[in-house]
Amino acid sequence: MLIAATIAILVVMIMAIIRAIMGPTFYDRILAVNMFGTKTVLLISLLGFVMGRPEFLDIAIVYALINFISVIGVLHYSDSSVFKRGSQQKK
Amino acid sequence: MDSLLNISSALFLLIGSFLCISGGVGILRFPDFYTRMHAAGVTDTLATAMILIGLMLQNPDGLVILKLMMILLMTLIISPTASHALASAAVHNNLMPELDKKEDNEKVTSSNP
Repeated sequence: MLIAATIAILVVMIMAIIRAIMGPTFYDRILAVNMFGTKTVLLISLLGFVMGRPEFLDIAIVYALINFISVIGVLHYSDSSVFKRGSQQKK
Repeated sequence: MDSLLNISSALFLLIGSFLCISGGVGILRFPDFYTRMHAAGVTDTLATAMILIGLMLQNPDGLVILKLMMILLMTLIISPTASHALASAAVHNNLMPELDKKEDNEKVTSSNP
């Protein structure tokens, strides 16, 4: 059952990457990347149990914090006027 | 007792995997940013909680259960905060929901015969 859950999470990560590549707006990409990060936390802890090494949980904790900081940082950048000019030039 | 723990852990992992896959299908198939955010929110909170509880039932070591509780608490606090910041940034930058536009168009066309 652990391996089945790992495969399910890998499938969901592939779906999130597809959405991040073809996302029509900037926010879709950020949403998909955030989802990818939380799924990575789950994948690391599941892999630790599959391989019989629960020390992987420390890496999962650190990854959760890094994911949060990166999403908040990119969103803070999205409020700036430089980003708005760039997105208008793309259209 | 041991087989009971194994069966309940497998059940939790199965429910979590099903919720994850349904959220992944939702993030691909839904038409709008806000509905996609709903699909991602399902996988962020409930599926994560189910899978981590399934892992907690998997081994009886105290320190591992403590670490899993920490991951669960951090995920339950962090991911709604990130979703809130993302939605407020999208609204702040004038990203409108798709269905609202259609309703507004219908209102406009019905009010101007």
